[in-house]
Amino acid sequence: MGTVVALSNLLEARQVWRGRSTAPVEGGQPTGWLMLDAVLPAHGWPEASLTEILLPADGIGELRLVLPTLARLTQGQRPVMLIAPPYAPCAMGWRQQGVSLQRVEIVDADEKHVLWAAEQCLRSGSCAAVLAWPQQADDRSLRRLQVAADTGRALAFVFRDRRYLANASPAALRLELAAWPQPSIWVRKCRGGNAPTQAIPFEPHIKAPGCRDKAPHTAVIPTKADTCGEQMDMLEFEERGIRFLPISRGE
Amino acid sequence: MLWVCITLPHLALDGVLRRRSDDVPLVLVDGPANARCVVAANASAQDAGLYVGQRLTAAQALLAQFEAMPYDAAEADRWQRFLAGVAYRYSSQVALLPQAIVLEISRSRSLLGEWQTIERSLRSDLSALGFRHDIAAAPTPHAAQVLASIKDGQAVLTREVMQRALEAVPLVKSHLPEHAVDALSRMGIRRLGQLLCMPRDGLQRRFGAELLQTIDRLLGDAPAGLELYVPPDAVDWRIELSHEVENIAALVFPIKRMTSDLAAYLSGRDGGVQRFALQLEHRGGKATEVPVGMLLPERDANVLFEATRGRLEQVQLPAPVLSLRLMANDLPGFVPAGRDLFDERPANALPFEQLRERLRARLGDRAVYRWGATIDPRPEHSQCTTILDDNFIEPRTRPTWLLPKPIPLRGMLRILAGPERIETGWWDGDAVRRDYYIVETEQGQRAWVYCAPDEQCGWMLHGWFA
Repeated sequence: MGTVVALSNLLEARQVWRGRSTAPVEGGQPTGWLMLDAVLPAHGWPEASLTEILLPADGIGELRLVLPTLARLTQGQRPVMLIAPPYAPCAMGWRQQGVSLQRVEIVDADEKHVLWAAEQCLRSGSCAAVLAWPQQADDRSLRRLQVAADTGRALAFVFRDRRYLANASPAALRLELAAWPQPSIWVRKCRGGNAPTQAIPFEPHIKAPGCRDKAPHTAVIPTKADTCGEQMDMLEFEERGIRFLPISRGE
Repeated sequence: MLWVCITLPHLALDGVLRRRSDDVPLVLVDGPANARCVVAANASAQDAGLYVGQRLTAAQALLAQFEAMPYDAAEADRWQRFLAGVAYRYSSQVALLPQAIVLEISRSRSLLGEWQTIERSLRSDLSALGFRHDIAAAPTPHAAQVLASIKDGQAVLTREVMQRALEAVPLVKSHLPEHAVDALSRMGIRRLGQLLCMPRDGLQRRFGAELLQTIDRLLGDAPAGLELYVPPDAVDWRIELSHEVENIAALVFPIKRMTSDLAAYLSGRDGGVQRFALQLEHRGGKATEVPVGMLLPERDANVLFEATRGRLEQVQLPAPVLSLRLMANDLPGFVPAGRDLFDERPANALPFEQLRERLRARLGDRAVYRWGATIDPRPEHSQCTTILDDNFIEPRTRPTWLLPKPIPLRGMLRILAGPERIETGWWDGDAVRRDYYIVETEQGQRAWVYCAPDEQCGWMLHGWFA
């Protein structure tokens, strides 16, 4: 027999885990989504690791998934980096979600440099989180990001198309977002635990209280007037140079 | 008063050696063309038997392969002024003596610590820059110079101790006028102490007033009368490369030296640099200019070097490079970034400013920016790159992605909310009259779309509720 390896070391390294018998160490990075936190082994994002988010299409709530985290992180000192986002982040929309834009730095990088820039930001240790949208990323480059995130103690998020689901990935957590038949999150891989077999319901859009709701996912504009956006506060519009005419809804 | 003297016995040679990374035998030669002499030799040349004062022909007979460069007095002078700029960090009173720099530190001690601390940090600065040196301290600048040439590291802090230390100094090392030293040693006077015992009027009659004035300056009885060094307000340095360089990678070493010199100079004058230019000079007076600009004034050697290297990597050399020139005309004040006592960053973290400069150097000057929201209701004008410190929050839902230019959206849509009419902007020629709706596409995406007022067709996609 070779050297004796203490079982506790293996358990701490999370290379061996005991199914669901013990609660793993709680991380300090809650996602802000209670149902997601409940199924993740660290009760939040895996700390200083890469999280891969796979999407069928843009605009199905991928930012809403991370915005509570960004809102929390941007209250701190370290900035959040967005590397080669596919569209311009809408400043007012982000501010509505509580993100402090003073701590959000956007990096325009061409296809060749996205992964380089992400790795530099992660490795530097001066960023709280790095969000990257690479067009092409292979197993090797993702592993580099994972190592860099660990070196710089930062959260890394990579947004990719769902077709990469079949490829193996070194990310500590892989989430797949689905919009159909209803918005949900599939945990495809999570280090330190078994991936749950059921989708997690995910309601990415805010619902105003007291709304007359016909369809199950009708998003509602959270205005002061709580009537599904049909009637808005006219005074406020006029103050800001907008004329607003109530129009009946064409359904 | 406490003066520190830094003597630089190998100034010209160190100035040449520090921009080379190899260790081939190298000598500096001077003198008329038919009687060239070695005036300085590096370690590997000395190992081969070359020495200072040797004829160049004799040296060539001893060693087949070595490099001989002409001694350039102007170059040595430039290095001395550069080092005076470095010393300026320690004191506002810096003066130049032949092959030496003196600075007054008694008033800097409350800031920088005692003599030992100052000495250590001076030595580490000079060694980092690659200059061999001897340091001594004394109450007068000339006494410090004499002591430094006797023994490295001597410090006499009071006049009495200085007097005693000077009495033991041999006359040949006392930096007194040469004709007097010659004559006195022939008279049997070998040490400074013996000279100081002699009657002053006799000395004056025999050697003139110059000797007495020098002695008075040495002992501090007369003012030292030094012209103080004033740091220049612009940087213009030039390095000649030893051979023609054709690829950028070979320029990295001299450029690293140049940027760390710039950093040393800037911290000496407590300033920073925001914009500077590097010129790669080619044959025939042509040059490739590499402008380097940073978001804020910087003076950290690593930041300056990384910013320069990043710009340089994108340069295509049209011809071999003969020399480098670094120019900085605008040297603004430098305000170091504040850091928290309980900083949440890891201990070895790269400062964010440095990261940002690194990204800008590779990706372009405008690649890293922040968004801020404006109060303009038109989505096209609703954000800009200057941060407006504004707490206004739009009460109506706004998407999280905004398309830079609206595009037509086809396919089945389900209207979830709207319309919200935006009709404004007639005053600046960019009038907008649209009804905005929140819709759901077939794939389950939430989109922010608009159409002409009251029409509900011809949808234009303007954002995603991602």
